[in-house]
Amino acid sequence: MGAHSPAILARGVVKRFGTTQALAGLDLTAEPGTILGVLGPNGAGKTTAVRILTTLLRPDAGRVEVAGFDVVRQPDQVRTRIGLAGQYATVDELLSGRENLVMVGRLFHLPRAEARRRADALLERFGLTDVAHRPVKTYSGGMRRRLDLAASLVTEPQVLFLDEPTTGLDPRSRLTLWEIIREQAARGATVLLTTQYLDEADQLADTIVVIDHGRVIASGTADELKDQVGGDRLDVTVAAESDLEDAVRALERHATGPAHVDVAQRQVSVPIRNVPGLLAAVVRDLDARNVRPLDFRLRRPTLDDVFLALTSAPAGPAGDECEEAA
Amino acid sequence: MNTTAMTVDPVPVYRRLYWALADAWVVTRRHLLHIPQQHEQWISATVQPIIFVLLFRYVFGGAIVTPEASYINFLMAGIFVQSVVMEGMTGGIGLAHDLKRGIIDRFRTLPMAPSAVLAGPIVADTLRNLFIIGVMLALGLAVGFRPEASALAWCGAIGLLLATSFAVSWIGSVVALLVRDPEAVQVMAFVVMMPLAFASSAFVPVETMPSWLQPIVRHQPVTVIVDAVRGLLLAHTTGAAPWQALAWCAGIVAVCAPLSVVLYRRLARE
Ligand SMILES: Nc1ncnc2c1ncn2[C@@H]1O[C@H](COP(=O)(O)OP(=O)(O)OP(=O)(O)O)[C@@H](O)[C@H]1O
Ligand SMILES: [Mg+2]
Repeated sequence: MGAHSPAILARGVVKRFGTTQALAGLDLTAEPGTILGVLGPNGAGKTTAVRILTTLLRPDAGRVEVAGFDVVRQPDQVRTRIGLAGQYATVDELLSGRENLVMVGRLFHLPRAEARRRADALLERFGLTDVAHRPVKTYSGGMRRRLDLAASLVTEPQVLFLDEPTTGLDPRSRLTLWEIIREQAARGATVLLTTQYLDEADQLADTIVVIDHGRVIASGTADELKDQVGGDRLDVTVAAESDLEDAVRALERHATGPAHVDVAQRQVSVPIRNVPGLLAAVVRDLDARNVRPLDFRLRRPTLDDVFLALTSAPAGPAGDECEEAA
Repeated sequence: MNTTAMTVDPVPVYRRLYWALADAWVVTRRHLLHIPQQHEQWISATVQPIIFVLLFRYVFGGAIVTPEASYINFLMAGIFVQSVVMEGMTGGIGLAHDLKRGIIDRFRTLPMAPSAVLAGPIVADTLRNLFIIGVMLALGLAVGFRPEASALAWCGAIGLLLATSFAVSWIGSVVALLVRDPEAVQVMAFVVMMPLAFASSAFVPVETMPSWLQPIVRHQPVTVIVDAVRGLLLAHTTGAAPWQALAWCAGIVAVCAPLSVVLYRRLARE
């Protein structure tokens, strides 16, 4: 089923909360078996989009289909085919991890033995076997997160929605999850993944969509997006914070776009076109202003640069601005 | 109409019903599994009626004259109904918590019956009330309660109490889905259920109240249910009262259960 229609299809989706326009005509498409990365600053509308795609929220306007079914008119058809790990964990605090997973399996109408088998396999996969029988309220934040991800996989969904799945995970758990996401795509599932970690999108996503203010502002493969920004990047780290201003002035003379300053890292980053003699000129200019670089690095643009160039707000590692879980 | 979306054969009614019941059992089990983690709740749910029995038996009881029975015999039916009514709203508080914490989102992304999400905690609460009724009964017997009910009347009385618990819980669900805030549900429970429970025949004979109040008290559901339970426990010839009480419960469920399901489905329309 659904071989001829996209696994995820959204056209002109609009959603308002009172006077806030969360989605302003969002378009998304994901072909079966692919991984779609959705990027956007806090408040861009990522969670709202995921909630609409997973039947939790009704769009005000637009057309939304998942696995070939209309999310508004055929929600039950959609629900038998999707898995969701939302931005905030949705597990029962008083049940054990295993009881949570078995319950999800039973509510998906799996036979009891199969529900248990899948629960145990997922607990093992997510490194939760040791705590499987403890109530979830005794879990750490990352353990809870992993359990929630496991819960989204109990149903072996055809389309999987992961809203900032690696937020709060340690590096090892993050790598395991990346592996699991790739496995899901390999078995033919479609994955929609929102993330604030751009290297994650770079590593995983076949297609990336950048959204801001409820609308798509760029889309393509990671390489296509990087080409859009163009040129190379020059990063200069200085010894003292007081040197930053001079460094910016020196670098901007040679840059092809505005400088980004990371005060905490004492780093200035500018887009440049690397013509012969340019680097020498930059070094001379820094010298003339008495700025001593600790680190001087020429590199290809990353998705972070794309993100910063495209969106007005900075990309933080976690959403701590709009914590309205509804 | 959108022509690209796929169509599917409708699921037959008996299969839907089967899965609604199966889902409700899974959710009920979830709430029963909570029991070992919730001793505070269980303790307070049991201690409150015990305090009431002792207070009314030994503190207020002396001042209340009941013509047809000793006060403790009069009192027990009232205590049973009062505690079931107040306890019934705790399910609503739990549902409001669940709505806030997001586990309901997990349920709503699964192809399960909405009625099961709502009925699960209600069935679990009804079972808990059965336990509390047992505790109160034991205490009542210890302090002088001497019921004269036949085995059939006992079954009727307990059945009616459980029906009341079930019905009040559905009111709790409606309130929880409307206000979606545990504290607000608690306040509503107090403001609405407390006067209903006390301005009834639960603790004092209706005849002792002001004449303007009597007709209201006499016809409100808590009085009807208390009178029916009392009639059954004390072997009064009460005529149609148990059926009236049952009709109240059925009426409340008939209105509140479908209303809860409608409100649940509307959660998607924020
Ligand atoms: N239930 C709600 N009620 C009112 N406003 C809401 C609600 N949910 C979201 N919003 C608003 O809609 C906009 C989009 O929010 P959304 O949660 O979709 O952003 P996001 O891209 O997921 O952000 P983050 O990266 O912080 O998670 C924000 O302005 C937010 O304040
Ligand atoms: Mg979000």
